[in-house]
Amino acid sequence: MTVQTEGVTPVAEEPPPRDPAPGPAEPSPRPRRSLPSGWLPYVLIGPAVVALAVFLGYPLIRNVIVSLQQLGRIEMISRTTVWTGLGNYTELLQDDMFWTVVARTFVFMAVNVVLIMVFGTLIGLLLNRLGKKMRMVLSISLVLAWAMPIVASATVFRWLFDTQFGVMNWVMRSLGFEGYDQHNWFDTGFSTLAIVTLLIVWASVPFVALNMYAGLTTISGELYEAARMDGASNARIFRSVVFPMLKPFFLITTFLEIIWVFKAFAQIYALNAGGPNRESETLPVFAYVEGMSQMQFGVAAAASVLTILLLMIAMSFYFRLILKQEDEQ
Amino acid sequence: MSHPTTLAGPAGAPDAVTPKNGGTPGRDAARAKRRKTLRGIWPNVLALVLAALFIFPVYWMFSTSFKPATEVLTKTPTFFFSPTFEHYGTATEVDLFWTFVRNSVLVTVGAVALALVVALAASFAIVRMRFKGRKGLVLAVMMAQMAPWEVMVIVMYLIARDAEVLNSIGFLTLIYFVMVLPFTIWTLRGFIAAVPKELEEAAMIDGCSRTQAFMKVIFPLLAPGLMSTSLFGFITAWNEFAMVLVLNKDPEAYTLPLWLTQFQSAFGNDWGATMAASSLFALPVLLLFIFLQRRAVGGLSAGAVKG
Repeated sequence: MTVQTEGVTPVAEEPPPRDPAPGPAEPSPRPRRSLPSGWLPYVLIGPAVVALAVFLGYPLIRNVIVSLQQLGRIEMISRTTVWTGLGNYTELLQDDMFWTVVARTFVFMAVNVVLIMVFGTLIGLLLNRLGKKMRMVLSISLVLAWAMPIVASATVFRWLFDTQFGVMNWVMRSLGFEGYDQHNWFDTGFSTLAIVTLLIVWASVPFVALNMYAGLTTISGELYEAARMDGASNARIFRSVVFPMLKPFFLITTFLEIIWVFKAFAQIYALNAGGPNRESETLPVFAYVEGMSQMQFGVAAAASVLTILLLMIAMSFYFRLILKQEDEQ
Repeated sequence: MSHPTTLAGPAGAPDAVTPKNGGTPGRDAARAKRRKTLRGIWPNVLALVLAALFIFPVYWMFSTSFKPATEVLTKTPTFFFSPTFEHYGTATEVDLFWTFVRNSVLVTVGAVALALVVALAASFAIVRMRFKGRKGLVLAVMMAQMAPWEVMVIVMYLIARDAEVLNSIGFLTLIYFVMVLPFTIWTLRGFIAAVPKELEEAAMIDGCSRTQAFMKVIFPLLAPGLMSTSLFGFITAWNEFAMVLVLNKDPEAYTLPLWLTQFQSAFGNDWGATMAASSLFALPVLLLFIFLQRRAVGGLSAGAVKG
């Protein structure tokens, strides 16, 4: 079953499984054709395969190769190749700063994903409960938040949290808090990441909420009635009816959010470039700064390889879920 | 949020409707109705508060962009003002502004057009033909959708440097093309599968060649799918930031997202102009998204529409 797709325009649905038995006319070679029909599919997929191999496959391999080289300022200018084996990795793994970044990345990701899932679910349930007009109002507001380009919203958040004239300092003053006359919200790594979290949660909740609502509309009203007749409370209905029905949705969305937040770059970089003092860097930003600012391309590549490996763990779960869903269709 | 798990039937919450006061209901009934009304009101109040919170940054961006300069930089924000377009003037008169617009449009349109053509061929083969390695290709396309581009910027920089294509709009177009390609194949595969095979076969029986059958029968039916798929590709490429940040250091090769992040440092405290720049950049995407909303919510969760 596909929770996300039902009740939407049929064209946007996940494709049904391809026909197991080919049509009778399908593989039979037709005499008029100059190209043997066995070649045709390969000609058709050729450009896509080449493009993916050159611009995605090769960089991934090259990333691993560079991570085994010493590639700093000197080697970049002289264009020499110096192999260091696993030197970059041991350097990284012995670096306290790297471990701080790893820990920070995981805490940051966990906080974000939990907030996104909890608020997304609650707002999805609320949407299901609203009347038609209010649902429209809330949906439009959610869609606009969702649609905002990351770079634009990061710029807007910088303005909201501006030290001198930011509206947030005014809000804090109006609420009676002291010390918000010229409060610098980007003073520490922690508060910077708190604002990044606000930005990411604000931008990601709509996706979860609207999909949650779409999923809820697929649950038949009779199920709720039956549960109510049996005396189930609302909390119990959620646990015993809604959650089991939407379990694939919850699992897939959680892993999607884990992957997205883990590799978040633009939000963090555009807000404060990983500063102050590199205190708000997560793994992707760390890899960027090591490379482009510190000119340690080998180390940066090693950090990037390790990040991709971590991401692949989350992705393997995600792909398994997607494949299972495809099979069930 | 006191009762977060309260649920109504899928048809919506009928109890939000205020009770009609026809006849003379008993006291108990009146109280029950009042309680019911109250219970019907809190979700609406909550929804209004949430709607205000979620829309506020968008609203604040547009409202700041129209505020007279003297009212932007104030300790106490003003909510009512006579709108002005001066900030839009400042933003668009920046050196090279139209170059950035042209670059953004070029990379976006180029990437999406390439992706559509290449993906159309590939997804047609995937859906309608049987060949060795098809399953592997589908799997690869699915995984490529989640490619961690943000984490690959360093190696892309090195590759571009070696190939001497830094600051090249063409190279950026190719990268964006590959970024949107897996998603485009994945979605088009669904759209093509939705076209009944019999239509194509009927056309071929009537004497069409396979190419003709595709062009005359399938392609017209695919138009809406192509449209929405390309718009999502457009949004991805239009918003991309990490790659252009690494590859294009020369202002001549900036795209709008890069310009926007540099804008504020260049203009210091001119928040009116910065918000005008943000609005100009965000507006096309906001409009497209509202247009696409229904499609975005369904079906596309498998494809990373927005990270």
